[in-house]
Amino acid sequence: MSTVDPGLRAALSQRRGVSALRAAAGWGHWLFVLPFLAVYIVLLVVPVFRGFWLSLNEIDLLSNESEFVGLTNYLNLWHDEIFRRAILNTLYFVVLSTPAFVALGLALALALNRPGKTGAALRAIFFGSSVLSVTIVTLIWRLVLMPDRGLLANVMRSIGLSPIAPLLSENLALPSVALVTVWWIIGLPMMLFLAALQQVPQEVYEAAAMDNAGRWRTFTAITLPAIKRTVALVTIIEVILQFQIFGQVQLMTNGGPNNASRPIVQFIYEAGFRQWALGYSAAAAQVLFGLMLIGVAVQAWVARRREAN
Amino acid sequence: MRWDAKNAIHIMNRKRMAQSSLAPGKGLEPPPKETAVQGIEWTQVSKRFGAVEVIPDFSLTIAPGEFVVLLGPSGCGKSTLLRMLAGLEPVSSGSIRLGGREVTHLAPGQRDVAMVFQQYALYPHMSVRENMSFGLRNVQVPSAEIERRVAHAAQMLELDALLERRPAQLSGGQRQRVAIGRAVVKEPAAFLFDEPLSNLDATLRARTRVELARLHKRLGATMVFVTHDQIEAMTLASRIAVMNRGRIEQVAAPMEIYRRPATRFVAGFVGSPAMNFLPVARLADIGGRVRVRLPGGAELSTGVPVIAVPAGTELSLGVRPEALQPAPDGELNGRAEVIERLGERTLAHVLLEDGALVVAEAHRDSEIAAGDAVKLRLDIGHLHLFDAAGKAYHAAQ
Repeated sequence: MSTVDPGLRAALSQRRGVSALRAAAGWGHWLFVLPFLAVYIVLLVVPVFRGFWLSLNEIDLLSNESEFVGLTNYLNLWHDEIFRRAILNTLYFVVLSTPAFVALGLALALALNRPGKTGAALRAIFFGSSVLSVTIVTLIWRLVLMPDRGLLANVMRSIGLSPIAPLLSENLALPSVALVTVWWIIGLPMMLFLAALQQVPQEVYEAAAMDNAGRWRTFTAITLPAIKRTVALVTIIEVILQFQIFGQVQLMTNGGPNNASRPIVQFIYEAGFRQWALGYSAAAAQVLFGLMLIGVAVQAWVARRREAN
Repeated sequence: MRWDAKNAIHIMNRKRMAQSSLAPGKGLEPPPKETAVQGIEWTQVSKRFGAVEVIPDFSLTIAPGEFVVLLGPSGCGKSTLLRMLAGLEPVSSGSIRLGGREVTHLAPGQRDVAMVFQQYALYPHMSVRENMSFGLRNVQVPSAEIERRVAHAAQMLELDALLERRPAQLSGGQRQRVAIGRAVVKEPAAFLFDEPLSNLDATLRARTRVELARLHKRLGATMVFVTHDQIEAMTLASRIAVMNRGRIEQVAAPMEIYRRPATRFVAGFVGSPAMNFLPVARLADIGGRVRVRLPGGAELSTGVPVIAVPAGTELSLGVRPEALQPAPDGELNGRAEVIERLGERTLAHVLLEDGALVVAEAHRDSEIAAGDAVKLRLDIGHLHLFDAAGKAYHAAQ
């Protein structure tokens, strides 16, 4: 009966062994990915869909009842003047802070991209502020910007100017918060740019010097193209981060004066956890999500187009 | 096509003579016509990095159109010298003149030199064409002229088909050709090469070497080439400057360096396999030639004139492998340790009776086998003596 060649049988069983081993190895791979995947799904994917679902409902937290209302929350947001102001404030803040992060971060990196103790010390100092918590940073700056008794007021008085109170001014509140934010976390873009600059081989700069390229020409024709990916990275990181501005505003101006510095996240927070309008708050969060997505997509598109050219 | 190239080079040379430099403006004037030396002149140049003096006092003159190779081991200061000539490294003291012009403190771009780097140093985001024309655009050379020079250099270096590619899309050899092309389009007074072949594989290195030699012949330009590879030096140079610890050991034509090394360092550094050195005792002279006793006890007249060698100096005998051959009546006795058969010759690593290891060379496929007892005969016409300070004395020619 058994006419199968024993060698063939051995080969078959070996092959079965190999495929079983492969399958086991496949499962092994999954095991490594699983912890991340579980956290990612539970803490990110599910909330995104849950958030979207919430935004289509009117929810009463006290009675724990909810009613499907369709796009009503979005329509209400459209007519909500404070929300519209919050969107404009947020966009204004992103436009103020992101270019500052890119330009200043790059300028600092270029200035400090040198060996030696002074450079290392200055790098540490500029990065140092990034480790402070938002409460400390805003406390320091509130002392600086405090009307009448703050450092700024004193300095202005000492040089014969009448002191201003930026945090109480509708025009200056948001730029002041932007200034504080840049001061606080300029270290990260600087470090990213430094890392990118150190990847550019010294020989290329020497070749440029031999090719009669001046400083500005070297910067625009050699340095910038060499670090353009990092410029895109820093821009995208900062756009995403600054769209979510909250802590500094909450602690420095509380959205005032007259909603002049209220960003979207603060609006979401107040709608959700002050007025308990969870559905409304979730709808605002979806709008923010959409805005960020558009912002980053435009960024990526521009970067890719530039690269193609 | 050959006529075209020659004609173009002739035009290039005429243009160079007319305008002398492609770097315009900023106090850059044509070199004064009356200056004696139009090539390159290092005069008492020194270089210190902090407390370390890497080049104590260097002087060398290179004639226009010469191909000079600075040859030496790593860290001997040869690259630093080239970089000082290029303007990439400041000079601690002394002066450098180029084409009759003082350039010691000029910026790199204003010196009218072009450099080919070891790692190519191409601009990664620019096409081959842009890489080659970048330097010309920076000094506002008219576009038509840029176009002409790039086309000519591309044709000469067989880069025509690659002009729109980026460096990442090129092989190592092609990249090196682009780097050379970038130098050629500038039509500089001197080409500087900083170990340009060391990143290429052996076959490509040999081919690029020949291409460089042809390029020198076609352009007739002054070239300074830094390398630690003696084969590159021997094959390319009109003159070799052998360097050691920041000093020149010898400057001479390649075969002069090989046949009559000035010092023991040069003798040991140039030649592969390296020269053998044997400690010898000086005996009473006979017939005006220095006589020595070899390690095995054999006595030998070296062919080195007695008057050249001061009395009382401790001597060692230098003999190249090809002047040390297995022979039944040889003066040295030993045992073959390793045999290397290279086809046209056989190298025998022989352990002498006194424990010294020497390399001897036999023609073609010798029958010697590892473990054989061998006698080695010295070719008296090709022996060198070195005193304790390393100074060389050669057999009379």
